Amino acid sequence: MKIITVSGPPSSGKTSVIIKAIEYLKKDNLEIGVIKFDSLSTYDDVLYKKIGVKVKVGLSGNICPDHYYMTNIEDCVKWGMSENLDMLISESAGLCNRCSPHIRDVLAICVVDNLSGINTPKKIGPMLRLADIVVITKGDIVSQAEREVFAFRVKQSNPRASIIFINGITGQGAYDLSLHLKEANEYESVTDKKLRFSMPAAVCSYCTGDIRIGDKYQTGNIRKIKL
Amino acid sequence: MLAKEDLASFKLEQILAKYTYARDFFISLGINEIDPNLTVKDFAGEINYDVLEDAGLNREQLIVNFLAFISRMEALKKSSRNVVESITIIGGNDKFGNAEHINLELKVGEVISIVGPTGSGKSRLLADIECLAQRDTPTNRQILLNGEVPDINKRFSMENKLVAQLSQNMNFVMDLSVQEFIRFHAESRMVANIETIIHEIVSCGNELAGEKFDQDTPLTQLSGGQSRALMIADTALLSLSPIVLIDEIENAGIDRRNAIELLVKEEKLVLISTHDPVLALMGDKRLVIKNGGISKIIDLSEEEKYYIDILEKVDKKMLNIRNHLRTGGVIDDKIISGLTGQ
Ligand SMILES: Nc1ncnc2c1ncn2[C@@H]1O[C@H](COP(=O)(O)OP(=O)(O)OP(=O)(O)O)[C@@H](O)[C@H]1O
Ligand SMILES: Nc1nc2c(ncn2[C@@H]2O[C@H](COP(=O)(O)OP(=O)(O)O)[C@@H](O)[C@H]2O)c(=O)[nH]1
Ligand SMILES: [Mg+2]
Ligand SMILES: [Mg+2]
Ligand SMILES: [Zn+2]
Ligand SMILES: [Zn+2]
Repeated sequence: MKIITVSGPPSSGKTSVIIKAIEYLKKDNLEIGVIKFDSLSTYDDVLYKKIGVKVKVGLSGNICPDHYYMTNIEDCVKWGMSENLDMLISESAGLCNRCSPHIRDVLAICVVDNLSGINTPKKIGPMLRLADIVVITKGDIVSQAEREVFAFRVKQSNPRASIIFINGITGQGAYDLSLHLKEANEYESVTDKKLRFSMPAAVCSYCTGDIRIGDKYQTGNIRKIKL
Repeated sequence: MLAKEDLASFKLEQILAKYTYARDFFISLGINEIDPNLTVKDFAGEINYDVLEDAGLNREQLIVNFLAFISRMEALKKSSRNVVESITIIGGNDKFGNAEHINLELKVGEVISIVGPTGSGKSRLLADIECLAQRDTPTNRQILLNGEVPDINKRFSMENKLVAQLSQNMNFVMDLSVQEFIRFHAESRMVANIETIIHEIVSCGNELAGEKFDQDTPLTQLSGGQSRALMIADTALLSLSPIVLIDEIENAGIDRRNAIELLVKEEKLVLISTHDPVLALMGDKRLVIKNGGISKIIDLSEEEKYYIDILEKVDKKMLNIRNHLRTGGVIDDKIISGLTGQ
């Protein structure tokens, strides 16, 4: 089963892009499944069902969605195998710019949009820096020059990635992405595979439920602002 | 020339001297102080753990990304301006599945206008060219570059972005002044003489725009016409893409003829989808679209060329009436006879 991780800031166009690419893949009669990770709620599963792919939703609630992702990906892959999928795609919103769901050797895609501002590629962290493919959306509403500057910034942040421009509404460019998806590595399990980058240690006193403000309550992995 | 493989074992001093932009890589990671006496490898080894955490890279990944950065920037510096001499449109089928009997070569320096009723497929034709369709779009058209099937890497690689696009829906979204914006664009193109190009683009944009703007105007305060004028001037003078696709930019209050001439002068192939008679006649060739297919190709005749001036005059008169109404004027006998008389 081909496995692909798709991540990106909220509303960057992940669902739109995945759906448009799947429409091309369906011509090859591939059995495709999507796992959608989000924090509180999502309507994406409705959209995926509409195009006839199998979909499961995981809501992380009060934990970092990426940590939640990591603790569940193994089971998700098992589910995909039991459903006899040809391709399993995970969609997760990078809410915390520090974490990223990308796994070594597993095709990693990051979706960013032209409207998010030219400093965004710098800010996103490993989710963008360590992706194999960076998809840039919403080029239809900004100027040519801004598209060029934004793409340049993405290249600065992740010089290794292929960049694909996709219009999430018309699907322009999604065919190119579908070709890349078909090249993704196949695995029967992700057990013992490694993340591309560690997720931050969540071990301060607030992680364990403390709610009081003040130095004396703070223990563990702490960093202080320089004022 | 420093060999790419062992670039990591060269001293930063040497690397920064040869690749002046290399410093930007570290700055974008929040690393401002660089010890020039260290090699890239040793330098990466000394970077503070917190800095790496914030950058979202470990030491090894940092080196790999740095080397990739250098080779990508080098590739970017090589102009892609002269790589395209022509494109060829090979017909597919129209919306009813009828074959489109077309094999049309378009050359750099030509202006092609595309006309047809609403919904006929003008924007679709531009989209086919933009993605270098290979019988994989609803029209089943195929686009060739320089007479050949484009290789897959050319289709995907960003260094070779062949097509620039301008359309009515496109706006500036950056919160910058005109000159800051051009500076950013010029930097991303690694242009040397940035001040000169800023000056050129601003004065060129002003020639095209109805109302003048200066280089300190915030982008978001430009009118529709001024934005379009600046986009065209910037595309002509700073964008490398040899093919420019324009989708409906009429009514924007810009000097259309000058704008098209500017793009052609810069050795670009220009395709314009339009409902505007004056723009339609600016094409050396005119493609007529019907039911999703190219149904006719008309070469601009001497007679039509002669009539462009007259159409422009009529157009100007209508524009004056529009302004007249806008400023509270009324239509009377004098205005109407000014319109109908020669
Ligand atoms: N040959 C074709 N086969 C199938 N669908 C087509 C074909 N040509 C165009 N279409 C589709 O028809 C629709 C309308 O086309 P398009 O938007 O290009 O029209 P247009 O000429 O640009 O209209 P307007 O003047 O209103 O902008 C689009 O969804 C397009 O994908
Ligand atoms: N104009 C424009 N809108 C887009 C594009 N891609 C996505 N959108 C819109 O952006 C919104 C968010 O997209 P969605 O796919 O839900 O983003 P996600 O949260 O990353 O999955 C939706 O309203 C989309 O229709 C694009 O390329 N251009
Ligand atoms: Mg989504
Ligand atoms: Mg159109
Ligand atoms: Zn996190
Ligand atoms: Zn904590």
